[in-house]
Amino acid sequence: MNIPNALDPVVSTKTAFGEGIQDVILFRGETTLVVAPFNVAKVARYLRDTNGLIYNFLSDISAVDYWEPTGGISGRPARFGVSYHFYSMLYNRRLRLKAFVDEDEPVVPTLTTIWPAANWLEREIADMMGIKFEGHPDPRRLLMPDDWNGHPHRRDYPLGYETIQFSFNAEEILKHKPFARE
Amino acid sequence: MVSTALTQEQQWQGSLEELRGLVSERAMTGETMMLNMGPHHPSTHGVLRLLLELDGEEVVTCLPDIGFLHTGIEKNIESKNYEKAVTLTDRMDYLSPMSNNMAYCMAVEKLVELDVPERAQAIRVIVLELSRIASHLVWLGTHAIDMGAMSVFLYCFREREKILDMFEMLSGQRMMGSYLRPGGVWRDLRPEFLPALESFLAIFPAKIDDYEKLLTHNPLWEDRTQGVGIIEPDVALAWGVSGASLRGSGVNWDIRKAMPYSGYEQYEFNVPLGEHGDVYDRFLVRIHELRESSKIIRQAIDRLPGGLFRSNNRKFVPPPRAELGQSMEAVIHHFKLWTEGFSAPDGEVYVSIESPRGEIGCYLHGTGGNKPRRVHFKTPSFMHIAAIPVMTQNHMIADLVAIIGSVDIVLGDCDR
Repeated sequence: MNIPNALDPVVSTKTAFGEGIQDVILFRGETTLVVAPFNVAKVARYLRDTNGLIYNFLSDISAVDYWEPTGGISGRPARFGVSYHFYSMLYNRRLRLKAFVDEDEPVVPTLTTIWPAANWLEREIADMMGIKFEGHPDPRRLLMPDDWNGHPHRRDYPLGYETIQFSFNAEEILKHKPFARE
Repeated sequence: MVSTALTQEQQWQGSLEELRGLVSERAMTGETMMLNMGPHHPSTHGVLRLLLELDGEEVVTCLPDIGFLHTGIEKNIESKNYEKAVTLTDRMDYLSPMSNNMAYCMAVEKLVELDVPERAQAIRVIVLELSRIASHLVWLGTHAIDMGAMSVFLYCFREREKILDMFEMLSGQRMMGSYLRPGGVWRDLRPEFLPALESFLAIFPAKIDDYEKLLTHNPLWEDRTQGVGIIEPDVALAWGVSGASLRGSGVNWDIRKAMPYSGYEQYEFNVPLGEHGDVYDRFLVRIHELRESSKIIRQAIDRLPGGLFRSNNRKFVPPPRAELGQSMEAVIHHFKLWTEGFSAPDGEVYVSIESPRGEIGCYLHGTGGNKPRRVHFKTPSFMHIAAIPVMTQNHMIADLVAIIGSVDIVLGDCDR
């Protein structure tokens, strides 16, 4: 099999997208390309389909909330960061794509058309972090109940606890759980 | 008997309309039947609920519903310092807690640039491979019992018991040991551990032969598993399937080989591959992994180096108890590390390891302080459950049970 030579992901995306690549972060040997949210799907498809890159495996999508209890967003351009972790089986290397998403309009295009694996990963983020994925085929909540309020992984969401059930408050608690009675 | 009749408010108010687009049009007219499987069904391996659209016995659509075991582990870790969070990671994939420890510890070590001594790395390899064997034994036992082969289950649990006893020797706990810590392992191997491990390795290969005698060429087993739940390599990759389930489809990707960690590059072992990507091939791959894991443990014992079992970088690793009586620095480090913990830079790392189920990834983002900003675990069961609908397309319900068993899911791992 004729394997084309590996390309440097930073150089080739910069030539293809120019200003679209807003920043390149090198930290602990990991490369992160920062792009605008509306560019995510385009860059991801380019990374998967270009000879010499072939990032064919979507390892993970995760989101970070940069909100600080003392105020501010830790010096980042926007409150949320969505990180995509790609892996290239051919060249055995990883790459992270990162998009900073504003609190007022937390919308990123979906990757489900490129990798079906993104389906649940994005649903989880939409559920836990409240970031919407435009064009997602199944935007229901994934982990939390459908009638849940709020997004638990946001940093301003309190940790919370479950009330311990004693005989004096048992009735009160069971009111919230009609199906637990049997 | 208490009456279980539901009042007006308690009855399900929803309708099929909520599922429009996810199920076929035939379900809307009532031509096909919607059926709930789980969350209390034994063959769903925990609390997985599958919403099935059935045409007779044939599965038209399968919609997995997860979250019943969601315990907010990732959220909880944000409120703990780096070392104290290790105990929470045990509880995700409860059949191989050491793998979770490993993914998390490696992420912390990468974030703060902490080195692990060679002896600790070899000990880690031993316990990781023991976890792989223990986890595969539970998988084999439950997979077989799902298909009606009762006795395999008993044999598998007999051997797993020996491994759990060894874990108890190491960490004092049979399952949730939290034995791996950032910088190494919690304590050195106990004197009784290596003899126990030797005697286990002496009998184990014969036991694998026993399981194979019961299943591998058993015509009933072959009928139930061959040609069932086929997933093509490119489809498996697109759906993020990893680990033995991916290798069953013939894709040669094992993170222990591709991106070696903890000194895996020094061990000789094969990566078994399947050809057809069906339930039977996934079964064969895992059976062979049992043998390969015993080979790795054998090599690790033979080359087990002396030296430290945990890094002595006192900015990250608390000093042993004995030092506290003699050294003022030790007292200070002890106090600092057990109250405040160490700080990690405001950056992000992603580390992945090959767990018994597949790729466990740990995404860790520091704040510059002593607690992480965000921890996210990419867990193999999560991706595999998402891929179950692809594998079950146009199969019988009985095959669905075989397929769930073959991808080896743990719901604690999935829901976190």
